[in-house]
Amino acid sequence: MTLLVVQALNGVQLGLLLFLIAAGLTLVFGVMDFINLAHGVQYMLGAYLGVAFAGLTGSFWLGLLLASVVAGVTGIALERLVFRHLYGRSHLDQVLATFGVILTLNEAVRVLWGTAPLQMPMPDALSGSFQLMEGLRYPVYRVALIVAGLLVAVGLAWAVNCTRAGMLIRAGASNAAMVSALGVDIGRLFTLVFGIGAMLAGFAGVMAAPLVSVEPSMGDNLLILAFVVIVIGGVGAIRGAFVAALMVGLVDTLGRTMVTDAFKAALGASAAARVGPAVASMLIYLVMAAVLAIRPAGLFPAARDA
Amino acid sequence: MFGKLLGALALAAATVASAQAQPVKVGVVTTLSGPAATLGQQLRDGFALGIEKLGGKLGGMPVDATVLDDELKPDVAVTKVRGLLESGKADIVVGPIFSNILQAIFKPVTESGAILISPNAGPSTYAGRACAKNFFVTSYQNDQPHAVSGQYAQDSGYKRLFLLAPNYQAGRDALAGVKSKFKGEIVGEEYVPLTQMDFQSEIAKIAAAKPDAVYAFMPGGLGIALVKQYRQAGLANIPFLSAFTVDESTLPAQGDAAIGFYSGASWAPNMDNAANKTFVAAFEAKYGYVPGSYAAYAYDTAMLLDAAVKKAGGVADKAKLAAAIETADFASTRGAFKFGVNHYPVQDFYLVQVVKRADGKYQTETRKKVFTADIDPYAAQCKMN
Repeated sequence: MTLLVVQALNGVQLGLLLFLIAAGLTLVFGVMDFINLAHGVQYMLGAYLGVAFAGLTGSFWLGLLLASVVAGVTGIALERLVFRHLYGRSHLDQVLATFGVILTLNEAVRVLWGTAPLQMPMPDALSGSFQLMEGLRYPVYRVALIVAGLLVAVGLAWAVNCTRAGMLIRAGASNAAMVSALGVDIGRLFTLVFGIGAMLAGFAGVMAAPLVSVEPSMGDNLLILAFVVIVIGGVGAIRGAFVAALMVGLVDTLGRTMVTDAFKAALGASAAARVGPAVASMLIYLVMAAVLAIRPAGLFPAARDA
Repeated sequence: MFGKLLGALALAAATVASAQAQPVKVGVVTTLSGPAATLGQQLRDGFALGIEKLGGKLGGMPVDATVLDDELKPDVAVTKVRGLLESGKADIVVGPIFSNILQAIFKPVTESGAILISPNAGPSTYAGRACAKNFFVTSYQNDQPHAVSGQYAQDSGYKRLFLLAPNYQAGRDALAGVKSKFKGEIVGEEYVPLTQMDFQSEIAKIAAAKPDAVYAFMPGGLGIALVKQYRQAGLANIPFLSAFTVDESTLPAQGDAAIGFYSGASWAPNMDNAANKTFVAAFEAKYGYVPGSYAAYAYDTAMLLDAAVKKAGGVADKAKLAAAIETADFASTRGAFKFGVNHYPVQDFYLVQVVKRADGKYQTETRKKVFTADIDPYAAQCKMN
């Protein structure tokens, strides 16, 4: 029972990390109808910038701040230089161009920092841990990650629902052409959304860096999960991304815990060790398929006038 | 890209001086792009250092070396290696890092008559019935480093072991290797996706199972994440046994989190022999990082070739060269070195442990000899003719 609670906590934490990445992706996809495969690379870039700035300033917090800002600025620069020219084009063109950005940035990181994985130390203030169950300590840092994820969620919900920019973003998500016709500078709005998305991805990268291996292409796998999240949640919806991210985090973590054990009862230990992991890693995709079968536009689709 | 160029230059520069004499043509096949490039660089640097130590020569003959990046793609490796063989640029092929690449280039190289030497990958495929006269492995047979931990756990009287590996063939083979030596109870056997980055779920299971020790085969980034999170969860009081999870390629990123963790290996930077001391000091001076086994075995390969070419009086007669390699006498970084009947090494294996050195860098150090002159389980099936 305790184990289940611990695993649920782990699932929530993974979900919130996914939310940080998916939030930006869903806005960009929803508002601009733009498929940005390079979003995962922005997460990686955030982690590398975090290591670099934390090393330069000697402070994790300054590193986090500077890396998030620079990641946001990089996102804006990419939008101006590359992505802006692709809004009117087909999704295939966008996929190809942003895939090119992935290759370029991965290689750039390799040239700048080398291929060897880097280390990001935890901030001293959060490096403690507390007893969660017998023999298992839970790092305070992971609690901080949960809190940061929740704060960002609340902040985004407020910004999208209660501010003028947020209203425009919502309007842009349902009908960009009409927003433009009403005299709003849609180009600036897009740049803003892009900057925020890139900054959130960068922020997630720095926050994850002390827990994982900081290496080129570290964002590639997360990108796939992030797409699963926005498809489940409904494209363009922050609330959908939040619910779906938690769902994916919980299903993935609890699935890895329980599926093999469940098969063990039915199939015996050795067969379960073969089948279990395979089924566990499929679970989130099964959930996605189920959600799409029932609600083809996702759980909370942004209202869209076709 | 840059590093690849430099490495090629270093090798090429050594050859320029005596371009008139008929050179020994060596193709080095290694992984220099993607996340595994760190390992491939070690192989390339170790081999280049060996050639440099030998004055740019093998057995007194100048060396013409070509470094190929296999990109960790079997089809790419085959295309590049075939190109090299067809343009007559390889008497000897050294490489690769990964077993799946070796399986792709094995036939093209061995059937061309060239000598193939793997300084890292040692799959069971070519250790038994499919062993070949012109194929050699200077590292180990892949099962052996895993068996070390199984034997150590058995010898230490551990009763309950928890096993962790990625969900692919090598992961399953690794755990089979451990289980072949450990007779106690396996209280958990977890296979995770190769793309996993968060191990909280497995860590909670380990804590709940309370094993006497954990065995993990988690290469590259997987191991970096696992080791950090294992330490953060306060589990480090449970002995952490492994292979390819804490080594010189991952330690810079794992840092203090890996101190005290164990691995199974046939070499470590602290091995007390003259050849190894020379190698480690020269390597660190030249490349600025602590060498891992990937570099050491590649360096050994250069020394082995030097002795063999000298003995065979050249590389024109490949059968003579292969015979010379079988019995070549050279100063290995592992001390004594010899090949078994299947051309895989017969060597000692050690439990090694991660330490932080006085200069703040990390390395593994030998703690206990677990196997003496160990012969891999497939050698008996090899009928070399």
